[in-house]
Amino acid sequence: MTADPLQLDLLTSRYNYYAVVLLLGIGLYTLIESPNLVKKVIGMNIFQTGIFLFFVTLAYRTGGNPPVVTDGGGPYVSPLPHVLILTAIVVGVALTAVALALIVRIYSEYGTLDEETLEELYYD
Amino acid sequence: MIDHLPVLLVVVPIVGAAVPLVASLYTDRAGWPIAAVTMLGHAALAGLLVREVWTGGVVSYAVGGFALPYGIELAVDGLSVAVVALVSAVSLGVLAYARRAGPHENTFYSQFLLLVTGLTGMTVTGDVFNLYVFLEITGLAAYGLVASGREASAAVAALKYLILGTVGASLYLLGVGYALAATGTLNMADMSAKLAAYGYDSTLVLTAFGLMVGGLAVKVALFPLHTWQPDAYANSPDSVSAFISALVSTVSAYALARLLFSVFTVEFLTAVPAARWALLAVASVSIVAGSALAVSQSSVQRMLAYSSVSQFGLVIAGFAVGTPIAVVGATVHLVGHAVMKGGLFAASGIIERETGATTIGGYAGMGTRTPLAAGAFTVLALGMVGVPPAIGFVGKWYILVGAVEAELWPVVAVLLLSTLLTLAYFARLGERLYFAEPTIREEGAVADGGAESAPDSQPDRGVSTGMLAVVVVAAVLAVALTAAVPALEQLLTETLPPLLQ
Repeated sequence: MTADPLQLDLLTSRYNYYAVVLLLGIGLYTLIESPNLVKKVIGMNIFQTGIFLFFVTLAYRTGGNPPVVTDGGGPYVSPLPHVLILTAIVVGVALTAVALALIVRIYSEYGTLDEETLEELYYD
Repeated sequence: MIDHLPVLLVVVPIVGAAVPLVASLYTDRAGWPIAAVTMLGHAALAGLLVREVWTGGVVSYAVGGFALPYGIELAVDGLSVAVVALVSAVSLGVLAYARRAGPHENTFYSQFLLLVTGLTGMTVTGDVFNLYVFLEITGLAAYGLVASGREASAAVAALKYLILGTVGASLYLLGVGYALAATGTLNMADMSAKLAAYGYDSTLVLTAFGLMVGGLAVKVALFPLHTWQPDAYANSPDSVSAFISALVSTVSAYALARLLFSVFTVEFLTAVPAARWALLAVASVSIVAGSALAVSQSSVQRMLAYSSVSQFGLVIAGFAVGTPIAVVGATVHLVGHAVMKGGLFAASGIIERETGATTIGGYAGMGTRTPLAAGAFTVLALGMVGVPPAIGFVGKWYILVGAVEAELWPVVAVLLLSTLLTLAYFARLGERLYFAEPTIREEGAVADGGAESAPDSQPDRGVSTGMLAVVVVAAVLAVALTAAVPALEQLLTETLPPLLQ
């Protein structure tokens, strides 16, 4: 890669998107790799948080004001993604609750949270 | 009230969903009647909406009266109204089945109505984020319904479904974010125009397409994203597997079609051949792999689940071909598959209750022991294979003609191969049902006489006339719907102009 100032700028100014990618990656990895069911659900939450951050960072503008229109003009932070993400957070909470309820049921029935042990019991 | 039809269709079941929970304070068995009344109301509204769209064309509704590209839009055209009618009809059928088959808890009927809310909402919405919300409502209700099975394995299946379903919906949401970044709007019609202006071959638009379609493909259960489906269908109660197999993937496939034609449009598919080829490739792999896996199953319900993977590959292939006749064919197959697959699951539930048979080996000789259910099962299976008078034939034929017109020869080959494979797994079952020696001994006299002698067995295993009627009606519909195809075709061609260029 050449040391083009424009590309360097692209690399250094988009750190919020790296955070999104990192969160998505950690979330998906935990979701797939962890044998513990509760950790899987936490991975799912981290994955969703990455998406929330993506939407919020999408709305942000440098020097933007809160989207409350007073007299002055100037750039405003877009309120739309924030509103969407409020809804998505509620959905995420509901999903976590359902998932944990299912895990409680599984634990009381099989006595394990480990996916591999569970699979052995399950396919008997 | 007529003006508010689209929103009432969503409001009626969601309000109905709250009532059984309140009723739990007084009685444990109020769920079914409440659900039945609510669904009758839903069906009446759906009927009115069909008439409205039939006479007046596309119905657009601004929720809360907010100006349209900014507020949430509900848009109902020929495609959505067909799916709404399907949701309403199948839900009523499943209710008639669940009257005896259970589960009987109030909470079950709450979730049932929530699922109807989600499915109806996904169908009528004209807003990509609203679609996500209804997708998750559908998902949450479906996870709960799958977990309502008596065995603990239902909870394991539901958790697997939940995790995969959430990843799918989250990917869709991420795609919505990309599309929002490109266009700044969430309204489907508005987004469609702005995407065209933004440029179809930009990385942003392509990523949005990939994520949204990929996310929905999990919900549709295309191979290799189908792994939640067989467990979910096989471990849930019969009423639930009939309901979910008939509607959840169907409405997700509808959402995929809505995205393809109303948001990205046929021009996008033409401008980005890679997108069309990717869709066709995934669909073709799904068709072949689903059939092959179905052939190798010994459990009937798992076989039916893998058969869904293959049939939805067929539907998505029809949509991806994108010519008017292929799209009509895919829609016909979507509706037909819902009726046939729901009926097959319901029939397999009855056969299990009457004879205890759950595997292909166990079905041997059961044709004479449960004549009505086995007969309906056979008719539905033949319809699924695509034997001419049944609706399965019309859908497959239209998709095939579309693929030939578009000169997509590999797809034509896959379609023909899939029909052979479908015949392979259903013919094997039909042969067992009627021409093999029984392997299951009768468990006393109870199982012998069919519907009439059941009452003194435990309530769990009884088969009511209503359950048999549902299965027979499904079998009759699988043939009779063929007569409705011209009407559906007219409805689609009148209200889906983007398709007809």
